[in-house]
Amino acid sequence: MRNVFVYCELDDNSVADVSLELLTKGKSLAQRLNCKLEAILIGHNFNGIEKQVFKYGVDVIHIADDKRLSPYTTLPHASIVCKLLEENEPQVVLFGASSVGRDLAPRVASARKCGLTADCTSLEIGDHFVKKDNKEYKDLLYQIRPAFGGNIIATIINPDMHPQMATVREGVMKMEVFDENYKGVINRLDVSKYTNDFDFVIEIIERHIEKSKVNLKGASIIVAGGYGVGSKENFKLLYKLAEVLGGEVGGSRAAVDAGYLEHERQIGQTGVTVRPKLYIACGISGAVQHRVGMDKAAMVISINNDPHAPISNIADYNIVGDLAVVIPKLIKYYKENSK
Amino acid sequence: MKGFKIVVLAKQVPDTRNVGKDAMKEDGTVNRAVLPAIFNPEDLNALELALRIKDQNPGTEITILTMGPPRAAEIIREAMYRGADKGILITDKRFAGSDTLATSYAISQAVKKINDYDVVIAGRQAIDGDTAQVGPQVAEKLAIPQITYAEELVSINDQKIVIKRRLENGIEVVSCPMPVLITVHSSAPECRPRNAKHLMKFKYAKTALELEEASPIEASLVSERKYLNIQIWTVDDIQADVEWLGLSGSPTKVKNIENVILQAKESKVLTASDGDMNTLVKELIENHTIG
Ligand SMILES: Cc1cc2nc3c(=O)[nH]c(=O)nc-3n(C[C@H](O)[C@H](O)[C@H](O)COP(=O)(O)OP(=O)(O)OC[C@H]3O[C@@H](n4cnc5c(N)ncnc54)[C@H](O)[C@@H]3O)c2cc1C
Repeated sequence: MRNVFVYCELDDNSVADVSLELLTKGKSLAQRLNCKLEAILIGHNFNGIEKQVFKYGVDVIHIADDKRLSPYTTLPHASIVCKLLEENEPQVVLFGASSVGRDLAPRVASARKCGLTADCTSLEIGDHFVKKDNKEYKDLLYQIRPAFGGNIIATIINPDMHPQMATVREGVMKMEVFDENYKGVINRLDVSKYTNDFDFVIEIIERHIEKSKVNLKGASIIVAGGYGVGSKENFKLLYKLAEVLGGEVGGSRAAVDAGYLEHERQIGQTGVTVRPKLYIACGISGAVQHRVGMDKAAMVISINNDPHAPISNIADYNIVGDLAVVIPKLIKYYKENSK
Repeated sequence: MKGFKIVVLAKQVPDTRNVGKDAMKEDGTVNRAVLPAIFNPEDLNALELALRIKDQNPGTEITILTMGPPRAAEIIREAMYRGADKGILITDKRFAGSDTLATSYAISQAVKKINDYDVVIAGRQAIDGDTAQVGPQVAEKLAIPQITYAEELVSINDQKIVIKRRLENGIEVVSCPMPVLITVHSSAPECRPRNAKHLMKFKYAKTALELEEASPIEASLVSERKYLNIQIWTVDDIQADVEWLGLSGSPTKVKNIENVILQAKESKVLTASDGDMNTLVKELIENHTIG
């Protein structure tokens, strides 16, 4: 049986959120395809964390446990994943679009000569018909993501060269326990058979990992700024509004590219996906790559001096005006009314 | 010290940061023809890393390699003005439709043809796709290690290179023997500007295709001075198997493209007036959205 595989990333002593989200998605794909869900865990000193993942509906966990496999380095992880794919021939393999997943997945795709779609915003199963050859493909993975070139969403498929691989950013898929008592089997790998000496040429001399101070994913109010904010200086206004409302500041890629904002605050397809109670978009036009990261907000307020900006179509309130005028007023009236 | 042989991979990309209203067509897609083509920003960070190695190690030679249409020679000249020594453009109609796998195959074939290299340096990702796939895929095809997201060159000697990496939640310093492929993060030092001396030297650098339209004086200049020659390599030059290029070499296919039609939802339009702002804030407090 050709199954669905998820590469699980480890984060201290637990499985990273993005991997649990992918297991949840992987389970629903596996059910749709009538196949099993298998997880790959590579690292050291698991202390039973493999047990955390069964409840997501995992049927098989492949574990590679070796001191040299933690922290992550590219080559040994790639060798192990490649050999597992060769042995098991899965139909679908999912990776988080994280520092690790974006380093590993392309290396694996190149070695296995298969397709890889980055930063998918949705994954579905569907068929494909090629008229020219009168050929029907059943149950392919639809890898859905915005495409460059305007207001467009592309569905990508890999009809022939399998496995079908995709990366997905953290927060895009939902995380849901499948069954608290779900039981699968563990396949412990003999690491020496899956790696070679060359795999360990990179030496980590120093490593500082810190939990990010920015918590966009968990914020219930987000004040987001775009290119229209105009400068890093002007962003102070947004920080002030966020502070009085008890929210977090985020922004568009254009604001990040312009240097107004740190990259970890980027919202959208290649940034963070958020689901706040309130999203205040200031000087953001609402490109499709931005919208996919915020369109699940319960309420959207847009502040834009262009009444026809695309964002106006998804906003509940459209304040037409200059953000430099609007934001101070919002702060003022909030202070007056909340007393 | 003989210096190092460095290959910098660079791409010419549409300037996605300036997709103004004039670039949007009626149907909501972008008119690529009116977008300016620029040096992919992180590839400039990659070039700077190479130039820093060269600063410290006289005799280092930097070759800039790009795959794209003939006009991509523009970024090769730009790199020369900033300190690269030579340039190669891989261009061929048979590359059209290549996804990242086919692209990395073509680039790796070109690097194999260059043959003598210590370090391959590329930007982390190109702004028209943000996929960050080509670097690691080229490294795999060359069977060399990769160091992604480089932020700083810590040291380099005959035995190994030490690089500080920028991760999403921290940093890492790694050491690796050469040859190695490095991808460079936007947090790395910005590229130095053009240098007047280099600009003078490489002003007339041209590809054979460009020479067809050049004046006789320019043409004779290029034929006298070999370094002004920007080489063009085709599928045959890099001995690539066409099966692995273009559409046939690309596992990923676009099944369909959907134009997103935004259905305007019930929304309130407000002005920036004090009255409107006061009412809005009151409403939000009342329905417990804020406060
Ligand atoms: C591969 C790829 C991935 C991408 N990923 C992302 C992503 O993850 N996230 C993301 O956001 N984008 C992403 N983008 C970029 C995206 O396509 C848009 O370019 C970007 O979102 C535009 O940002 P913006 O709305 O801030 O800027 P613009 O489109 O320039 O909009 C600025 C807005 O500000 C308004 N404005 C100007 N001045 C004022 C003022 N004084 N007061 C009020 N309003 C004002 C203008 O009317 C305009 O609507 C990606 C693009 C590509 C190609």
